[in-house]
Amino acid sequence: MLGEGILKGMAETAKNFFGSYFSAERLTTVEYPEQRIAPYEAARVFPFLVFDGSDWEAGMRCVACQICEKECPPKCIFIEKSKDKKPDALGKQQFYPARFDIDISVCMSCQICVEVCPFEAIKMDTEYELSTDNRFGGLLLDRRQLAKSNQYYHQIHPAEADGVDARLAAEKAKADAKTKITAEAKTAAIAGEGA
Amino acid sequence: MSEMQSHSAILADKPESWNRPAVMEPEGEGELMEVAMGPHHPSTHGVFRMDVALDGERVMRLRPVFGYLHRNHEKIAEGQSYLASMPYTDRLDYICPITNNWAYALAVEKLAGQEVPERAEYLRVILGELTRFQNHASSIGFLTQEMGAMGTPLMYAFREREKILDLFEELTGARMMVNYMRFGGCRVDASPGWLERTRKVVAGLAGFVDEFDRLLSTNEILMARTQGVGVLKAELAVNAGVTGPMLRASGVNYDIRKVDGYGIYNRFNFRVPLGDHGDVYDRYMIRMLEMRESIGILQQALREIPAGPVMSPTAKLRGFRPKRGEAYGRIEAPKGELGFYLISNGGPNPYRYRVRPPSLINLTVLEDMCLGVNVADVVLIFGSVDIVLGEVDR
Repeated sequence: MLGEGILKGMAETAKNFFGSYFSAERLTTVEYPEQRIAPYEAARVFPFLVFDGSDWEAGMRCVACQICEKECPPKCIFIEKSKDKKPDALGKQQFYPARFDIDISVCMSCQICVEVCPFEAIKMDTEYELSTDNRFGGLLLDRRQLAKSNQYYHQIHPAEADGVDARLAAEKAKADAKTKITAEAKTAAIAGEGA
Repeated sequence: MSEMQSHSAILADKPESWNRPAVMEPEGEGELMEVAMGPHHPSTHGVFRMDVALDGERVMRLRPVFGYLHRNHEKIAEGQSYLASMPYTDRLDYICPITNNWAYALAVEKLAGQEVPERAEYLRVILGELTRFQNHASSIGFLTQEMGAMGTPLMYAFREREKILDLFEELTGARMMVNYMRFGGCRVDASPGWLERTRKVVAGLAGFVDEFDRLLSTNEILMARTQGVGVLKAELAVNAGVTGPMLRASGVNYDIRKVDGYGIYNRFNFRVPLGDHGDVYDRYMIRMLEMRESIGILQQALREIPAGPVMSPTAKLRGFRPKRGEAYGRIEAPKGELGFYLISNGGPNPYRYRVRPPSLINLTVLEDMCLGVNVADVVLIFGSVDIVLGEVDR
């Protein structure tokens, strides 16, 4: 009969329409902003700089090696190295970024800066409600705005942050073991000279 | 009128062996009406313009004008490293970022002679077939949208697409611009939880295709509007370099997954659907059938995926300098043959980086298909080519 295909199709439509009152499978939207879907752990929006402890300047892991600046595809990271050095988590004297700006209107959230960073200093944030009405610099984040604590990192990416902490602790243990061996060798040498 | 005369002079130069229909002449007196369809047009799938010359409602000449989305992708790639071009490939055919990544990774791996571990190959196939599924569903959705179905099939397709995009976000961090493939494997491994969730999603896909089929395939309006419309003969399709579902709808058995067997595709059991008439209905049906074949491949891959690393141990992230040489890597992208041609001069940046965009090459036969049809059919024929302007313009 003519129109049979159309009627079959309308039966499908009716199934979906009335079904959406009963099954969550068929009603897949949420009423944003009253309801929000939690982001996945792996979600990435824009980068941020991790700092350990409570002082964002002293605890910042970034040593201004500028690898992320070189590898960034749209070149949205602008770094200026400091003139002096400060001690890092392992006690070594390192440079730090006097200026670390990311232009998030250019950033394409590709995560290459995170992949190439050798110091676990830059990670991806999940904050996406970032609109601003300041068109002349509202989307250029400086290092103060980018600095977020390691606790915050644990909140947004728990498994990843645990892995990073484990790696850094292993590095610290290796460095400590090396200094212990060097210190013991030194005391043994001094004792040997004395005897 | 003079512009029309020079236009017909250009068209008349084509050799007879191309099997083109003769350039149409209007019946009766009067001038042809020149209409610019686009670039602001809801049915041009992006910013694309078609200059059509109409005799009443029938198309006499059609000239495609593109370039509105040109973003200098190939030139930018010459100025940055190979890795830095990977996120840009996401943005070529932005509906299918995974397959773009894969084609580029394949080309660079050929250039550098890089091996890929087995688990990474399986992950590539799983994500590639999920991408093909959501691309074909969306493409049918957009086609029916242009027929006036006011978005219902499109929204059903998008509901499944949302599930697939959620899987992508969980694995790679981003729904669309995934930046997932690397030269020598994949960026991150898939957890067992992710594989379980993927199996659940894939288990629901067959029911969705059945529903979609019941909704659309025997619909009288759809059949009346698409059967016999926009016929593309097999000989013209092959001569023009058309690939993908459009070529197979014209009856030519050419699927690069079978021909090249790139990656591990020769391990999978799947059929290649072929069309009989080469009209819009065949192209629609081919996409529907390919969705079913994709489900088969997905189930097989999810069963057989082995444990192991996802990055080759010899892969380099920074300081990657392939030796002098050239390579062409191509895959069966959902739109056709997507190829990357790379020339390396030994430095960190490619010397020449060329994308073979299937959407653009498939568009070269648009005029041949559209001569003599109504404007409404032009919209349908254009929709059945299934283009994405990001790829056409790069």
